[in-house]
Amino acid sequence: MSNAEPGSGEKQNLRDWLRTETPTSRRHAKIASLYQGWLTLKANKLAMIGLFILVFLVLVAIFAPLLAPADPFEQDLANRLQPLWGEGHLLGTDSLGRDILSRLIYGARITLYIVTLVAMIAPIVGLFVGTVAGYAGGWIDTILMRITDIFLAFPRLVLALAFVAALGAGIENAVIAISLTAWPPYARIARAETLTIRGSDYISAVKLQGAGPLRIIVKHIWPLCMSSIIVRVTLDMAGIILAAAGLGFLGMGAQPPSPEWGAMISEGRKFLLDYWWVATVPGLAIFTVSLGFNLLGDGLRDVLDPKDAGDA
Amino acid sequence: MSATIQTENGRRASPVFSVVATIAKTLGTIAITMLGLLFITFVIGRIMPIDPLISILGERASKEMYEATYIKLGLDKPLVVQFFYYLWDVVRGDFGVSRLTARPVIDDIIRVFPATLELATIGTIIGVFVGIPLGVVAAVKRGTWIDQTARVIALVGYSMPIFWLGLVGLLVFYGILGWVGGPGRVGIFYVDIVPTVTGLILVDSILDGQWDVFRDAVSHIILPASLLGYYSLAYISRMTRSFMLEQMNAEYVTTARVKGLSEWAVVWRHAFGNIKVPLITVVALSYAGLLEGSVLTEIIFSWPGIGSYITTALLSADMNAVLGGTVVVGLVFVCLNIFSDMLYKFFDPRAR
Repeated sequence: MSNAEPGSGEKQNLRDWLRTETPTSRRHAKIASLYQGWLTLKANKLAMIGLFILVFLVLVAIFAPLLAPADPFEQDLANRLQPLWGEGHLLGTDSLGRDILSRLIYGARITLYIVTLVAMIAPIVGLFVGTVAGYAGGWIDTILMRITDIFLAFPRLVLALAFVAALGAGIENAVIAISLTAWPPYARIARAETLTIRGSDYISAVKLQGAGPLRIIVKHIWPLCMSSIIVRVTLDMAGIILAAAGLGFLGMGAQPPSPEWGAMISEGRKFLLDYWWVATVPGLAIFTVSLGFNLLGDGLRDVLDPKDAGDA
Repeated sequence: MSATIQTENGRRASPVFSVVATIAKTLGTIAITMLGLLFITFVIGRIMPIDPLISILGERASKEMYEATYIKLGLDKPLVVQFFYYLWDVVRGDFGVSRLTARPVIDDIIRVFPATLELATIGTIIGVFVGIPLGVVAAVKRGTWIDQTARVIALVGYSMPIFWLGLVGLLVFYGILGWVGGPGRVGIFYVDIVPTVTGLILVDSILDGQWDVFRDAVSHIILPASLLGYYSLAYISRMTRSFMLEQMNAEYVTTARVKGLSEWAVVWRHAFGNIKVPLITVVALSYAGLLEGSVLTEIIFSWPGIGSYITTALLSADMNAVLGGTVVVGLVFVCLNIFSDMLYKFFDPRAR
């Protein structure tokens, strides 16, 4: 603090406070370490591109009604299959004359909806199963991990397809099917973390203070599993988007007239050779978003989980 | 003296015992995993639908058919008994009759599986022969533009929807350039010319000496196989790179260099020699992944494999076919996983 220049004022003080090596409180330490992480992430150009893409996606989804030039459901058969850069239709129109750009913009909401739901369900189930197995040990561990392995040994897309076949097509069922196939890796990670934490001194200390297993798991083990889980979630998101789009493409996810990107590709497929943009443009959207998640996930791994970063 | 002999005997006996134990354990793992898979398909097929019979027979089934199936599936019995009925059927290879093709599901699967196998095998070969050198070079030239390019190639591969890439590929290489054959395994003039021996059309056409069929089949398989190959390449090259980086930092590499070995020998004989074993696992996993990844690819290319079979069945609510296909894909998947584990143990004494 003493060598802070007099002219720079409060801004400099705040930065010093954030970068301190000797935090004065628990909250201070937490914020300072978050700031350090942010600085590392900011230095990673690719990760920032990924973050930018995702922020853009969220903004588009939120402001869809303001951004979309037309109603995504409004059909205009006189103007069907209009070319790119056409008049009033920047990305052309589909086989029913609906504005493709508007459908893409509204489709962002669906993508975000699916991703958010799966990202909430799968890691929580996995975290729960993994920590309970790791902490309890013994036969509970054996049984839970055996179940996890069984799910892990399955082909994910085929299993998701079978689930949707039984539950019926639709966006909620697609979310359930994807979540059911996505949780096992989280359980593995959480169990591994729990096994290393379980024997540590501070857990014994909390135990001596009289904490029960539930409190130990929720308050003292879960927070420590978070960083590896978050990295895994971010890296998984791309796969989830691709799976959801694949289900949509097969007609097993969002149903027409919903502007889901995968379903849009499937609709445009019939006109591929003559009107190529109808099927290819939504694919670019899927690709961009999942690339964004992959880039950010790579960067986050370097920040949160330096042990297997392995990249220069 | 006798004590020494006994320990020696004990030592000699133990490896044999451990091999037997390992095999038994592996078979046990396969059995338990398969039991789990069958339990899940049982739940999907018999418990989740409101009326499992309608999901098997369709809505227009006659009353006699309905009742016959009701008795055959044992739907009047408790669920546990039904599950054992189901297990017994599956063990005998009886997945029921497909509503769509009106043939036993197992016959259908035997007929379509070689097509998928052919596609995934060629895809894996492409992935191995491009992905491994790419990963090795990326690790050796770490941080250079080659490494960055390899990284981008892999990232793009991870992020691309495969069915979309297939469509674009079809549009460009078939629709516009006309370099490759279109959808299907062979052109319409070559269908059913070669007798089916192995079911792999590339092999069958050679066996029969029909070179024009072979050429046509190659022009049809090259695009979908390259697509799948790209996916396995993305995974294999990343894994190869991280394995290689670990080796290149090891002391024995420095020693080899100090000895004056050529860089080629250091990289390929010493460092690469040490990553062969983990690579086998990676390749086996990606092969299993391709068997599954081919579901969407097969749809795009009208490839008559198991992926097309399952999805067509799915769209016409043909539950027996869907579940039968799921079980078979699952079985192959599980076996490949465990097989790669065993290979690992076989080649790497430390893992035993």
